[in-house]
Amino acid sequence: MSEIKTEIPNRTAGNILSVSAPALPTEERKGLTKKELAADQPTWCPGCGDFSVLALYFKLIEKRKMWHEKITTVAGIGCSSRFPYFVQAHGAHYIHGRALPFASGISLSRPDLHVFAFGGDGDAFSIGGNHFNHTARKNIKMTYVVMDNWVYGLTKKQTSPTSPLGFKSKTDTWGAVDYPINPMKQAIAAGATFVARTTHSNPNHVLQMMEAAMDHDGFSFVECLSECVEFYEGAFDASNPRKGGVFNVVSPSHNVTDELAAYKLADEAFPGYFGIFYKVNKPTKNTKEIAINTSAMEKVKGLKDWQILQKSFDRLK
Amino acid sequence: MSDATLTQSSGGGPPKISNISEAVIRIAGNSQDGIQAIGGFLARLAGRSEQEVMTFMTIPSTISGGPSIFQVRIGSGEVLSAGDDADVLLAFYQHSYEDHINSLKKGGIVLYDSDHVEPKPEFQKDYHHLGIPISGLTVEAIGGTAKDKGKNIFALGLVAKMFDLNVPKLEKLIGERFSGKDTSILNNALAAFHAGYSHSLGNVLDTFKFVDSQHKEGQQVVMNGNEALAYGLIAAGVRFGAGYPITPWSDVMEILRRELPKYGGTFVQCEDEIASISMALGAGFSGRVAVTGSSGPGISLKTEGLGWGVMAEVPLIICDIQRGGPSTGMPTSVEQSDLNIACFGGHGDSPRVVVAPANVEDCFYIAIEAVNIARKYNVPVLILSDQAIATRIEAFTEPNLEKVCQDISPDLTPVPDYKAYDLSAPTGVTQKVVPGTRVLSGKYSIATGLEHDEYGHPTGSPKLHMQMTAKRRKKLQTLAATLPTPKVYGPPEGNVLLVGWGSTEGPIREAVDRARAAGDSVSSIHIRHVNPLPPGLENIFSGFNHILVVEMNDEGLYGFGQLGGLLRARFCDPKIRGITKTDGLTWKVREILERAKSNVAAGLRKM
Repeated sequence: MSEIKTEIPNRTAGNILSVSAPALPTEERKGLTKKELAADQPTWCPGCGDFSVLALYFKLIEKRKMWHEKITTVAGIGCSSRFPYFVQAHGAHYIHGRALPFASGISLSRPDLHVFAFGGDGDAFSIGGNHFNHTARKNIKMTYVVMDNWVYGLTKKQTSPTSPLGFKSKTDTWGAVDYPINPMKQAIAAGATFVARTTHSNPNHVLQMMEAAMDHDGFSFVECLSECVEFYEGAFDASNPRKGGVFNVVSPSHNVTDELAAYKLADEAFPGYFGIFYKVNKPTKNTKEIAINTSAMEKVKGLKDWQILQKSFDRLK
Repeated sequence: MSDATLTQSSGGGPPKISNISEAVIRIAGNSQDGIQAIGGFLARLAGRSEQEVMTFMTIPSTISGGPSIFQVRIGSGEVLSAGDDADVLLAFYQHSYEDHINSLKKGGIVLYDSDHVEPKPEFQKDYHHLGIPISGLTVEAIGGTAKDKGKNIFALGLVAKMFDLNVPKLEKLIGERFSGKDTSILNNALAAFHAGYSHSLGNVLDTFKFVDSQHKEGQQVVMNGNEALAYGLIAAGVRFGAGYPITPWSDVMEILRRELPKYGGTFVQCEDEIASISMALGAGFSGRVAVTGSSGPGISLKTEGLGWGVMAEVPLIICDIQRGGPSTGMPTSVEQSDLNIACFGGHGDSPRVVVAPANVEDCFYIAIEAVNIARKYNVPVLILSDQAIATRIEAFTEPNLEKVCQDISPDLTPVPDYKAYDLSAPTGVTQKVVPGTRVLSGKYSIATGLEHDEYGHPTGSPKLHMQMTAKRRKKLQTLAATLPTPKVYGPPEGNVLLVGWGSTEGPIREAVDRARAAGDSVSSIHIRHVNPLPPGLENIFSGFNHILVVEMNDEGLYGFGQLGGLLRARFCDPKIRGITKTDGLTWKVREILERAKSNVAAGLRKM
């Protein structure tokens, strides 16, 4: 294979936050195929909704001609969080609930990478609930797909923060008593700048949402209903036309910049609506930090790092 | 100040000037009086005059107000501690006077604000009293608008007079401190300073003059431990950090947040401690050696992330500015009680590196060393500082910044193949390849907290778990073999060896000096590398009858402090015993000597 030169972000050239995406390899590269992208055989149960999310992630990478080395896939803990092992690319399987701050560390220190975080409802809204709020409000550039199955699957059927009232689990044998979290409302209220909803049973729609999310400059959140056939079979039948349900898409007349309208849409009873609920353009933390750095670096222009430090030390004499 | 100079006070007649080689000045007031500012000026002046200096402060953990002290020890020779007893006490209030008069040497001088302090007859015979209406004279000098403002600078003028300090240098320092502010503030400060300086001290006292100190190589810089640590991290090339505010760690994050953008880096204030370590690990995974930090409670919260860093083999710097614990404990007091959590905190077998700076200067250099260990061995490194070293000011020779500053940007050169957890190296060390790097084989590793194969994919294989556990351990054993054996301070053989770690190096060395001067056979070593321990300690220990581990933590259930317990477990040597304390204050040299004596006596009885 010929030597491939990629432009290395050069720190001495300055801002680690503003490294422009390195130039594509000079060699012509085709979009990656599913075969090149697939790593481990997924460990999910046959029929799990997560398979379709993985397949569509591959499709997205293929369609958008992204390269292995430019994709970073991050997850926390849970069935869906096994995701990075199944993707042939740089990735990290982090601890329970903390995928978002971990992904933020990548996003803020390596602007040349596409950062995708995947997780389940427990990771996102229970143990990691506060990180969800703060990553959203800081508007850190990344795409976060929550595969919501309304149940804890990896630990075999306990109540999840999105389990509907009355759902019988091993921790609520008489039916769930705690009011569930509405992920869409949560995301809008927290200040996410891209909020969309989709379901594993409509692959084209999943791809459409993931693509729109990826193209959004900011924190983009997609809730993807993903059925757990083992512990919550039929949970989402009412949204699946093949199972006698209805798949309502968000009306083209819906104003995606209208926060109240988005909130109303999120308030609809299940199966509710699918599509982009909310999307606004606000400066990301990434760009704000670049602005801070640009102005700070302007003042020490032309100085080497040690000379900048020397100036600080001169004041400590 | 040597005892001799002070006690030979003039009994009438004109005041004379005595030459002194060092002085300990304790300033006692309330936390909002700006007494830290006086101490800071004195410390900085000492640094610019090639003198040695060390400070010690206590601050209340209340939000505003409360008694506070700042002690400065300035010397023309070596200064190893902030001094057991003061030569001069500057007392602003009755409580300052009553609570701190006992910290004065017999025959010492108490300079008090006679507008607030009523001196007590019982103290008159032991201490020289000098009452000056500091508050009133300050108001006279700068006008009455700013109630208590300025009296600290007035008092600085008094001290400058008493010690014949260099006025132009002090004026320059005052000018620098108040530069950029309203010029009337600077003018007021200078007016207050000169009013103090020109106030007659009367003829009750001698004035003092420091003898010239030895010429030092290069210029001196003056800073506290948190500043030295933050700048050390910058020199090491750290360009990303994340943290959450907690005392006394917050200064480090404030400096990094302010300074890093100049270098193109950034520091993120996170929603909590867990997010902070997670964000730093995310940056570490993507090729930046990142820093997070905290104090006691925050370190507890970070332990799960720390364990992931060990398992996934991701470099990370964690600063722990220790304070009194457990739980919320004593936020503004010093303690060395986080050694155990630093070395062992978290579940599972999770070997990590722990280093502890011995003084303010060392905070700077240990940060660079920690970063290079983290990079080379792909492991989290904890820097165990503490409240005392964080807040104390010292002067030290300016580092050669051009030489020590390093660029540690990630290398994204494509590689033929990459196994993140390659088992082939007997050292256990794997060269890290970070995201953005093309792997030509098309096989990409995953960084993971699950037990894994060489590519980071999950495994339940007993063999792999054994091999990977050994790999993580072997890296540290490889590192341990490279560490320098601590140098013995004093003769390499003798009766008593004092063993210290962290901020206690200075007072322990001074204790050795004092004991040897009195004819006792005492030496010391200082352990900077706490985990893994450096090689060669057993050889050192074999040269002594008593090995006393001096620590600021509890003696524990079995009578040893935290390092003491670790050393006993490591060397199974009954000669190792502990000298510990938990009063939240730094060691006085006298305390170390007294405790060592009684410990040796008790140890001999048991032998």
